[in-house]
Amino acid sequence: MVKLERFFLQFHKKMIDNNQLLRFTTAGSVDDGKSTLIGRLLYDSKSIFEDQLQAITNTSKKKGHDGVDLALFTDGLRDEREQGITIDVAYRYFTTPKRKFIIADTPGHIQYTRNMVTGASTANVAIILIDARHGVIEQTKRHAFIASLLHIPHIIVCINKMDLVDFSEEVYNKIVSEFEEIASKLLVTDIRFIPISALLGDNVVNKSENMSWYQGAPMLHTLETIHIGSDINKVDARFPVQTVLRPQRDGFIDYRGYAGRVASGIFRKGDDVTVLPSGFTSKIKTIDTIDGELDEAIASMSVSITLEDDIDVSRGDMIVRSNNKPETSQDIEVMLCWLNNSPSKPRAKYSIRHTTNEQTAMIKEVIYKYDINTFERLTGDTELKMNDISKVRIRTTKPLMVDSYRENRATGSIILVDDTTNETVAAGMIV
Amino acid sequence: MSKYYLNYLDELESEAIFVLREVWAQFENPVILFSGGKDSILVTHLAKKAFYPAKIPFALMHVDTGHNFPETIQFRDNIIKELGVQLIVGSVQESIDEGRVAEEKGKNATRNALQTTTLLDAIEANKIDCAIGGGRRDEEKARAKERFFSHRDDFGQWDPKNQRPELWNIFNGKHFQGEHFRVFPISNWTEMDVWNYIKRENIAIPSLYFAHEREVVRRDGAWIPYSEFLILEDHEEVVTKKIRFRTLGDITITGGDESDADTLEKIAAEVAGMRNTERGNRSDDKRSESAMEDRKRLGYF
Repeated sequence: MVKLERFFLQFHKKMIDNNQLLRFTTAGSVDDGKSTLIGRLLYDSKSIFEDQLQAITNTSKKKGHDGVDLALFTDGLRDEREQGITIDVAYRYFTTPKRKFIIADTPGHIQYTRNMVTGASTANVAIILIDARHGVIEQTKRHAFIASLLHIPHIIVCINKMDLVDFSEEVYNKIVSEFEEIASKLLVTDIRFIPISALLGDNVVNKSENMSWYQGAPMLHTLETIHIGSDINKVDARFPVQTVLRPQRDGFIDYRGYAGRVASGIFRKGDDVTVLPSGFTSKIKTIDTIDGELDEAIASMSVSITLEDDIDVSRGDMIVRSNNKPETSQDIEVMLCWLNNSPSKPRAKYSIRHTTNEQTAMIKEVIYKYDINTFERLTGDTELKMNDISKVRIRTTKPLMVDSYRENRATGSIILVDDTTNETVAAGMIV
Repeated sequence: MSKYYLNYLDELESEAIFVLREVWAQFENPVILFSGGKDSILVTHLAKKAFYPAKIPFALMHVDTGHNFPETIQFRDNIIKELGVQLIVGSVQESIDEGRVAEEKGKNATRNALQTTTLLDAIEANKIDCAIGGGRRDEEKARAKERFFSHRDDFGQWDPKNQRPELWNIFNGKHFQGEHFRVFPISNWTEMDVWNYIKRENIAIPSLYFAHEREVVRRDGAWIPYSEFLILEDHEEVVTKKIRFRTLGDITITGGDESDADTLEKIAAEVAGMRNTERGNRSDDKRSESAMEDRKRLGYF
């Protein structure tokens, strides 16, 4: 026992030091086996606890289901359980010896496009489920479109319910080519296909014995090993300032630190930097954390930066390396997803939020809308309604420091807030 | 640093620090809800990191049910002293004395539900526009749908079906006078992550989390600590067991587990092998399948 504990601790220490976090999103409706798939991943990785299993077993019985209905586990709100549908994004967690995973579990129906977009916004990987009996359907195209629009770096297409098509390689190949046909119209870089049976567990955690013709890895192994180190932009150093730290206490009387999270790239002590939009230049004096000074800060680290020169820097400013600057502009073209029940108002003003910057903005022009089932561009209809995805031109009162979303998720994304309700009404990807 | 990625604990830490700094930038009068439990201790530790070398710019607010583990109060007072921050106490006893709430009756009576009124009263009285909590999405199914920045109307209520979409890491904390936000910086942490991090950072936590000989009573399948607030049934008897607590709440409803885990290493190993959720021994969550959702809608933590 003692030996086992020691083994566990050693293994554990190594895992904590090295393991990465992978966020993935699943979109789908109840009947395509999404809940079963998530349930299996969680159960096989021992992330469903006995009291949770007991609770859903009881409910399954009450409702007269045969066996345990795993959909009940993924539906959190009372209305969802009553109606048997997923309404909102739910987050699930599991850990394997190789990685920690966050699942953004989203509904698949068209009226929940906004929830899919929300779940996709932070994902490294999108799982797209296809029912082997039905092949590529409208919903599949929609999910592929959203994954492409939100520029999810990796897509895993799981062709599910293979047990219901006799584990047929032919059926699988046909669906793969159908999907590749759609993907050719989208900007997707990394797509993998896996034939699975979530119900029986084939190729989910363990390799299928029924599909020896499939040479690839099962789904979990793929999730554990897929290279995500390049998902964050490591070239363009961007540091949006969140707040200024002025301790005003002994030892730090003159301290003026700019607190923020490195959005992309790397900052090093001594780097020549420019503060935008002012354009003042300086050098990085220190990169501070409570655990000591650092020589460098990489993307997604929260630190405090001090500069050699006493210049005016405040929230909403962006510190960048002087030899690599974002575009500074008051006119931006954006792929906009409308998230609110109330449609857009022509020429109305909204607050625009971009990194830590906030300005007033106006939608000057709706260039076209997308039909997200056919990928067709529709012109003429300029009212943006909930779940609409359109290309628009936005004008802001003061310049924003932007990169294109494809280059840089963190500095290429915006939201619009309606000042009369304070609600987040739209999310946009800068073109 | 040789590798150019963060490990998952660094990633979670950095995310929480980002969220805490956003709170400071977007709200006038935020507080940390401090219960003395490990999650609120963790949030306080992260706040220390977020604002170093400045001190934590938030007050700590404790909703005191009056049914405390004595050690929790001691722990709270020490932290306040160490950090030099203000303590705001909302007292459930006062809410009862003022007739704002009525004490529950019967064997399973608790002050758990009463806390909501005290919490909302304290938020209003102190003009708080943001209460930072240690809630995690892995704790309970209603929490799995919670946002980092979660809006509460002017009655303090949560409307789970009408939540603001939250994309990338752009958080919208805009609100009208009288409304407030609940913010959960450790939304993405699991119980295991919390323990691994406490171990890594060597964060001090109350000894109640460690296994120790304690006087307990068996009730509804859990070991409830014996205290002056507990009314014993005829068939119930006080026994001594080696017990540790996975969560610390109102002393009358917080069940402990039999355990030998008396070090952080052993706790981490034990948690990794656990087959029940940490809230499984909280009788407040067992009342119905939507017990948590219902309480949250009304303004609970």
